[in-house]
Order: sequence, then C-alpha cells, then structure tokens
Amino acid sequence: MSDFHVDTAHTPDIAPPPSGEPMLKVSDLHAYYGKSHVLHGVNMEIMPGEVIALLGRNGVGRSTTAKAIMGEVTPVGSVKFKGQEIGGMPNHKIARLGLGYVPESRDIFPTMTVRQNLMLGVKDLRNPGKYDVDQMLDMFPNLRSRADNMAGVLSGGEKQMLTMCRTLMGDPELIIIDEPTEGLAPKIVQQVGDMIAEIAKSGVSILLVEQKLSIALRIANRVYVMGHGEIVYGGTPADFKTRDDVRKEWLEV
Amino acid sequence: METIVFSLLNGVIYGLLLFMLSSGLTLIFSMMGVLNFAHASFYMLGAYFAYTIMGVSSFWLALFIAPVLVGVIGMGVEKWGLRRVHANGHVAELLFTFGLAYLIDEIVKIIWGRTSVNYQVPDSLNFTLFTLYGADYPAYRIFMFFVAVAMLIFLWYMLKKTRIGLIIQAALTHPHMVGHLGHNVPLVFMGVFGAGCALAGLAGVIGGNYFITDPAMAVQMGPIVFVVVVVGGLGSLEGAFIAAMLIGILQTSAVSINASLADIFGFLGLSPASEVGEITISSMAPMLPFLLLVLILIVKPTGLMGDREV
Repeated sequence: MSDFHVDTAHTPDIAPPPSGEPMLKVSDLHAYYGKSHVLHGVNMEIMPGEVIALLGRNGVGRSTTAKAIMGEVTPVGSVKFKGQEIGGMPNHKIARLGLGYVPESRDIFPTMTVRQNLMLGVKDLRNPGKYDVDQMLDMFPNLRSRADNMAGVLSGGEKQMLTMCRTLMGDPELIIIDEPTEGLAPKIVQQVGDMIAEIAKSGVSILLVEQKLSIALRIANRVYVMGHGEIVYGGTPADFKTRDDVRKEWLEV
Repeated sequence: METIVFSLLNGVIYGLLLFMLSSGLTLIFSMMGVLNFAHASFYMLGAYFAYTIMGVSSFWLALFIAPVLVGVIGMGVEKWGLRRVHANGHVAELLFTFGLAYLIDEIVKIIWGRTSVNYQVPDSLNFTLFTLYGADYPAYRIFMFFVAVAMLIFLWYMLKKTRIGLIIQAALTHPHMVGHLGHNVPLVFMGVFGAGCALAGLAGVIGGNYFITDPAMAVQMGPIVFVVVVVGGLGSLEGAFIAAMLIGILQTSAVSINASLADIFGFLGLSPASEVGEITISSMAPMLPFLLLVLILIVKPTGLMGDREV
C-alpha cells in the first residue's frame, strides 16, 4: 500500500517517513479560530517508537496542530491514531486509545498533592499502567522530595515534570508534548530535556512541539518544520543540520 | 438565655438545611459557570415526592427514594437539556434554568394543586424530645440535624477521600485536562448535577414537613440559597457552609428579638410611636440575608471564601 508515503510531488522538502504502519497519521488537517484559517492542510506521520520534533516560529500553527489532533480545536481533515479516525472523538476516548497530551498550559491540579496528581493520571484502577506512583517517583527523584506537597507550590520546571509523569501514569503509546521548556531557566530546560529523552528510551513515541533546537535535535529521530500553517520541511536531524536554507527561511528570526 | 439557646439550635438546623441546598448549587456552579435558577425547584420536587410516597408507603422509604428520584431527574436535565444548551454559552444556560424553574412550578401546580399539601412529620418522630426552660423541643428538629450532619460527613468523605472525589475536584477546575487523562468528564458532570439535585431533594424531604409544602416554596427558598452561595464565595463548599450557618443563625435570632428600632436608637430621640421607631428587629429578619448579600458584594466581591468574582 502506497498510502503510507507522503505525496512528495508538491512538497519536495519533506522526506518520506520510515516505511510501515504509522501510529499517528495526520492528513490534510485544517483548523480555524473563528474566521481565521490557522492550519492549511498539515500532513505528518509518526511511526511507532519515533520521537518527532515539530519546529517553527511563533504563530505558525505548531500548538494548534497539537490541539487539533487532541480535539481542543475542531479538526477538519483526517487524524488517524493506530488506524482509527479520532477527529471529533471525545477527549477521554482519545486518551483511552493510548494518546497522551501534555498541554502548553501544564494544567496541574494545584490544590492536590503531587501524589494525588499522579494518581489521577491512572485511567482505570483495575487496569493500572506500567508504573505505580512510587516507581514513577523513583525514576524522577526531583518529584520524590515533593511527593506530599501541594502541586500549586511547585516551580515551573517541577510542574512540567509532574505533568509529563502524570500523563505517563496512564501508559500512553504516544505523547504529544507542547512547548515543555517554555519559560524555564536554562538549567531546568536541560533537566526537562533529559526527562523527555528518558521517556523516549522507555519506548513511548513522542511528538514534541519545541522551539529550542538544541533539545529537539538531541532527542528527535525526525524533524518537521512548519510555516504558514503547513509542514514545509521534514527530514532527519542529520539532514536538517546541513539545511541552512530551511533554518534561515523558516526558523531564524 | 433561653432565647439564645433556642435561637442557636434552630439557627444551626436551618443553616444545615440551607447548606444542603447550597452545597449542590455551589458544586453545580463550579461546573457550569452559571447559577442554576431551578435548584430550589428540585428542593420543592423532593418535598412533593416525599408527600406522595409517604401517602402510599412510609416516610422512611420517602427519605431514600425521593432524593434518588430527584437526582435521576436532575441527571436527565443535564444530559438532554443543559449539555446541549451549554454549547450556546452562559446566557442560554441561565435562561434555560430560569425557564426550567417556572416549568417545574407549573407542573407541580398541575399535579398537586395550587394550595399546600398536607405533608406531615411522621408520627414516629412527632414527639417532644426534651423540655428546655419549660419549652418543649420537637424530636423532628433533632432528626433534621442528624440527617444534615450525616449528609455533610458523606459529602466531605466523597469529595476529599475517594478517587471519584479527586476526579470531580480536578474536573471542576480543569475539565479538558481531566478528559485528556482518560476520565469521562461529561459523565462526571452528569453525576455531580444529579447528586446536587438529590441533595436539594433531600432538603425538601426533611424541610417540606417542617415548613410547608406548597408551590411557592421554591420561590421562597431560591433567593436565600443564592445569597448563601454568593456570600460564601461562588464555588466554595467551605464558604457555603459558613454562610449557611451565618444566615441560619442570624435570621432565626432576629425573629426572636422583640426589640424595636426605637428601643435601640431611642437615645437619638427616635420615638416608639413613629413609623420608623415601631419597626421591630423580628420584622427585619427576612431582609437580613439580602442586606448581607449587598454588603458582601460591596466589601468583598469574591465572597467569604471564594476566589472568583461574581
């Protein structure tokens, strides 16, 4: 079947993804905020186990792409997760298929403890995920010391880590992480990057919406660059590093 | 002294009843973002259902079945009514609950008539529990007290100590995130709406025979419950509890004070024979909750414990 391959005729800068059955396949995805047309036909594929970085300047529609996949913004077009159309599906059903979402706004539950936040990441107590709360805290010792604190008093970096761990508690197969390092101090950015690398190592696929090239290129298997509401480049980090033209045109300010 | 003791006892019981109504309303407010104008109508339905069930069976059965029935109706209203209207914004929701309140009023009048029904305290609870300062104290009021306290403990336990309580709390503030974690938020909301209505129904079951069960009871109770929720702070259960107690005790105490304005302001030369001077404190009791509402909105718009403005 040839439908695994992106039609490269009109978009010569997008290298085809590795062959196989994609975990997430976004085809001709459009999205609107009121009357303004934000996404103009986004196409992307994520293979099982891949870490994809979605790059681009502010306002080109990276976060909107994440939101449209998750149903936060009404998606027009096709979003298939493990072969199933998820556009228009209630968000808890999408989550239960194995698609996790760590939004830009982090959305921790401030009046609950770190432990309680993590517990709420478990979708079904009768059928818990790979990790229990203590294993999760062992893996990420920064949170261990804060386990019984109210999540509202955590620092920005700790909140980001908590949000990612909370989503991991639900045992997702693919996590969409939106701008995890935004507003964090450089040292903390490094820690959050390490953590995402750690998650990737455990076999979870990741779609990382990120602006910091250093983080993205360190972790990603493939890179997509967005411009004007569509994908303008797709390729490996090695190829991307040689593409000064892409960086100049679509990323540098 | 006896006035103070009786006022406190009755005030606390009235306050607990107010809390039973306002706890549901404040939870529903946190969830929808608008006040449910029909909330007191569910209180009225509770009383009428209990009256009918008591007619064919017993009060004790009514105590359990009537709130459940009201809760089920509440869930239906959320699922087939509010959830659809919600898509059209807050004003539509507000108008929907407003219309629903009148609809329930009229249905009650059609089924049970325009005058009050004879919903009585059951014989098994209709006795004097103790005599205080020579006055008899009815057992039913103490029964109301225990039902309300049991409900309070149950509500606190459910919200603070169970997993579903955690999910509800999280869903009230971050519904989308809770959905993305795989919890069925629309189902949670339907449950909360139903439970809030069931609490109002329970208040109707134990309050309807203590006060009076007639088609005006929703209209009489509604505004006071709103006052409790706003004074306590929209969306705050702790605030609703404090405000319910405050208003319960304040109103009950004011009724039992015999003084007139002239007694208090006589030193300013206010004559007991004048129109203003002969106003008694007890006649001002119905006004007090609303006075409190107006003052709170001026002094502290978020209410006693709330964090959002009205």
